[in-house]
Parts: sequence; structure tokens; C-alpha cells
Amino acid sequence: MNKILLVNIEKPDQTTIAKYRERGGYKALEKALAMEPAAIIDEVKTSGLRGRGGAGFPTGMKWGFVPRNTGKPTYLLCNADESEPGTFKDRILMERDPHLLIEGMAIACFALGCHLSYIYLRGEYEFIAHTLQRALDEAYEAGILGPSVMGKDFALDLYLHLGQGAYICGEETSLIESLEGYRGYPRIKPPFPATHGFLASPTVVNNVETLCALPWIITNGAAAHAAIGTEKSKGTKLFSVSGHVNKPGVYEVDMGYPLLDFINNEAGGIPNGRMLKAVIPGGSSVPVLTAAECDGVLLDYESLLKAGSMLGSGGMIVLDDSTKMPEVLSVIADFYAHESCGQCTPCREGTGWAAKILRNLIAGKGKRTDIDLLLKIADMMEGKTICPLADADVMPIRSFVTKFRSEFEALSAN
Amino acid sequence: MIQFSEEAMRRYETILSHYPAKRAALLPVLTLAQREFGWISQEVADYLSELMGYPPSDILSVATFYTMLHKKPVGKYHMEICRNVSCWLMGTYPCVDEIKRQLKIDVGEITADGKFSWNLTECLGSCGTAPAMQVGDRYYENLTPTRIVEIIEKLANE
Ligand SMILES: Cc1cc2nc3c(=O)[nH]c(=O)nc-3n(C[C@H](O)[C@H](O)[C@H](O)COP(=O)(O)O)c2cc1C
Ligand code: SF4
Ligand code: FES
Repeated sequence: MNKILLVNIEKPDQTTIAKYRERGGYKALEKALAMEPAAIIDEVKTSGLRGRGGAGFPTGMKWGFVPRNTGKPTYLLCNADESEPGTFKDRILMERDPHLLIEGMAIACFALGCHLSYIYLRGEYEFIAHTLQRALDEAYEAGILGPSVMGKDFALDLYLHLGQGAYICGEETSLIESLEGYRGYPRIKPPFPATHGFLASPTVVNNVETLCALPWIITNGAAAHAAIGTEKSKGTKLFSVSGHVNKPGVYEVDMGYPLLDFINNEAGGIPNGRMLKAVIPGGSSVPVLTAAECDGVLLDYESLLKAGSMLGSGGMIVLDDSTKMPEVLSVIADFYAHESCGQCTPCREGTGWAAKILRNLIAGKGKRTDIDLLLKIADMMEGKTICPLADADVMPIRSFVTKFRSEFEALSAN
Repeated sequence: MIQFSEEAMRRYETILSHYPAKRAALLPVLTLAQREFGWISQEVADYLSELMGYPPSDILSVATFYTMLHKKPVGKYHMEICRNVSCWLMGTYPCVDEIKRQLKIDVGEITADGKFSWNLTECLGSCGTAPAMQVGDRYYENLTPTRIVEIIEKLANE
């Protein structure tokens, strides 16, 4: 198994710039600064790196959409909002190896011609803000950030910006609105952030894990990265696994690693001699898989899609055979109802309605017709809204209800 | 009339210097204001309005969007306990019951000494060390009712 992201995560004092450099840190940035920006973008394209924030969009291609010479500045925004239920992978990178993120961002900024960049960190992670700020201060002191990045005629300012509690601000256009000082209402696309993002300027939003892969790619080359993983899913991926497993935590595996091996080996299997019932492989916004459906599934974008789910953020929640699925769905539905920004009627009404029906069902006050009503609400929400949050509620509703229908029926027996 | 302390004023200037547009500083300034004044009251909105030049209603409309900006007073230690899937599976509610037993306050209430309040929140990114709660710039993880008793006792004496 290859290590690209967690190479130094367990090493002592890795958060300090001294140790980071001793272990080869900022060499990739030095190398990148000697390259043509266009060559860096090509390198990232060839590496096959895809966005780790959830959508899996090819990173090099996204950078390629950014227009040059518009007369406006270009911005790189690091999405560190990490709020997708089940996801806790970005935090380990920021807590234990903050300079890796700074180096990755500096490489991206140089490639994009960006001189001002922000890390949008969820407000709840204030304890991580301390670690990141110390690392940023060190990087400024060492001349890695500031008016001349590592002695090169290239200025870069990098600031930390804290959110204040809103899941929706992880959606990139909502993040931009929030960063501009407004309510985090997602924007209608097009125009896309690549041309009209932060302050109506060309903007790239990238996830923490995506940016942290860049130093390795620059050091080892695009071909080395493209050699890891499957035909279409390249490199390694962090999975944060929680729920009914013996060893919850964050693990880095090659793309294409078998899902069940991951649960049984990395995650240590299911505790208390229980059996696997279901897996939510990529955060609460992706369809649940039954234990039978997990057979033969690989941890990569294509295999999970083929199995009827998605890789998403890599936030894996494992459920054993004691789990009451309607209750899990109710917890999830409450989440989306709470986090809907309210701009679109189908989402605002649909998420709230579905959550209410589920609460009633669990309280024993449900009707048999509620089950089909839930599916109808899902149909009414899907594909009709400004941002994908409504669809993110549809995925669990439809998959839980259809795959575990008898449990829902048992609750509404009368 | 309330106003920022000298130190907060310096912090305010630093925040402004980080953004090419003043408006972008609003969320960090609201955060700073909450640190100074405890919560975002009408008075705070009026003050920030004067300071930054946006209508108070505009400022409050932004503040009300974000759950971490308080629209009413909270305790010195405001405990945000995760209710999402992994924490719920691992036992959020026994911990909540213990909090209620210890502090004798319900959601949204503050203890008589002003020290504690609590709320349920969404996934904190601690699902692997569930259940979890956030208190200011601290995370408490792998919670159990026994741990809750210890934490509350420690915070009460801080
Ligand atoms: C409701 C919603 C929430 C999201 N939350 C996050 C998040 O917390 N972190 C993240 O990196 N991306 C999140 N995304 C995805 C972003 O919109 C965006 O695709 C991503 O940050 C792009 O970075 P990447 O290409 O490096 O993955 C979210 C998307 C949606 C629709
Ligand atoms: S889909 Fe929901 S969260 Fe997204 S913009 Fe519409 S109302 Fe807001
Ligand atoms: S579910 Fe509680 S921290 Fe993620």
C-alpha cells in the first residue's frame, strides 16, 4: 500500500517547520517554483488527481478552466469546512501535518498565478486553527509565504478564515458567498467559480486532501501517481471509518482497495461478534449499501458507482445487524432539514417534511402510506434545486427505504 | 454604548487587512464581537453597523444564518454535543441525560451561575472518537456519562 498523504503523520513534532523540512518538506515547492506554471498544471492533469471533497472532479482540468489575463486576480480557496457526516479525514492532515497543506496550497497558487489565498476552516475546528496559524506564522518567518516565496519573484499571502457553523458552506459557491461576508446561499451555476468566484474573480476551490497530494505529485512525478490505483481512479484516498468497527479512524489506501477488506483489516472488523448489515461508504449524502451489495466492491469512484453508491468524501459509516435503519435515516433526515439553507422550495419543504414523517414513524404514529410518500418526496426534490443538498437527502431516503423497506413497514403496521 | 477593547480593536484592524473587500471581514468581525460581548445582540449589531457601515438588519441577517453565532446569551462553557449518526450510535443521548442530571438545565437554558449551557449539534468531524462535543476551542471525545461528570466538574472549577 502506498503512502502519499499520511507519510509523516505519526512522526513527532511534524507540525513544526523544522521537522517538516528535515523530512523533505518544501522541496516540492522549490521544485515547482523552477517549473513553468503551465507545466505544473499539465503535471497535475497527467497525474489523474481528482477532487477529494466529494465530487471527484479532475483537479488539473478544473485549474485549466481558469482564464488567464482577465485583469482580475485569481483566488485559490482551500475548502476545510469538513462537515459531511462521517467525514474526519481533513482534520488529521491539518492537525498533524499543517505544513503539507501550506506547501500544497503554495504549489497550487504558483501554478494558478494566485497571490492571495484562504483556508476556509469550519468554525468548530477552532482548536485546529491554533495549529494552522502557528504553521502559517512559521512559513511567513521562513520566507515561504509573503512578498517573495522562497526567494522567487512571486508574492503569496495565505490567511485562515473561520466559518461559523453551517454545513452548506462546504458547497463551493456557498463557501464563496460566506467568505464574501454574506449568508451562505449557494449560487446558481453558471457562471462557475472558475470565471466568477470570490469577488467576481476567477477562483478555484479545492479540498484539503486534494491540495495535500500535490507535493508528492511534484516530487515523484505525475507518472508515479498515475501508476497507483485503478484505470480511472488514481492515487490513494483517505477513508475515515466510524460506527460499528473495532478500529475507527483514518486510513490511507490505494484507490481500488476492496471495501470488505478495508472493513475487516484496516477498520478491524465488526465488534461483539456481530454481522455487517450496511455501509454508507462516502458520507451521509451517498446511497447506503447492504452487506450483500458490498461483496466485490472496490474503493474507487467507478466501482462504488457501479454498486449503486458513491465514493463521496470517503466518510464511511459501518452499521451492524443490531442497527435499526429507520432510526438511522431519521437522524440523517433531521440533519438535512436543519442544514437546508431554505432558498429552494423543494429542498426547504421536502427535507423538513421527510424528517417529520420519519420522526412520526419512529414514534409509532406513522401510516402505511408514509413509506411511499417518503419516496414521492424524494422524487419531488431530486434535480430541482440550486445546489445538490436536496439530492444529498434523496440518496439516503431512497436507498434506506427501498433496501430496508420491511423495517419501515413494521413501524407503520397499523 | 458598548465598544471593542483596545486589543480587540487591533485585532479588528488586522482582520480588515486580510481582505481585499471590507465586507469579507464581516464574519470574522462577528466572531470577534461574540468573543468580546458573549453573543450577537441588537446592541452589538448597532455597534458593528457604526463600525463597518452596514445596516444593523443586514448584520443580523448574516449572523442568524450561522449556528455558532449566538442570538441569545449562552453559558461561559457552551457545550455543543453531536447528535449525528456515529455519535448517536455510540451513545450521545446517555451523555445528554447525564448533562441534564448534572446541570439541571434543558437545551437553550443557562445554569444560575452563568457557567454552563448546552445544545445538540451536527457532525463535528469526530465520528471515529464518538460521541463528541465541542466547548469553545476544545473538543472532548469518546464521551461517556462518567466522563461528562468529570468534565463538568473540571470546568466548574476552572
Ligand atoms: C452540500 C455540500 C457540502 C459540501 N461540503 C464540502 C466540504 O465540507 N468539504 C469539501 O471539500 N467539499 C465539500 N463539498 C464539495 C464542494 O462543493 C467542492 O466540490 C469541493 O470543495 C471541490 O474541491 P475538490 O475538487 O478538491 O474536491 C460540498 C458540496 C455540497 C453540495
Ligand atoms: S438545494 Fe437546499 S441547500 Fe441547496 S440552495 Fe436549495 S435550499 Fe439551499
Ligand atoms: S457523527 Fe458525531 S462527530 Fe461525526
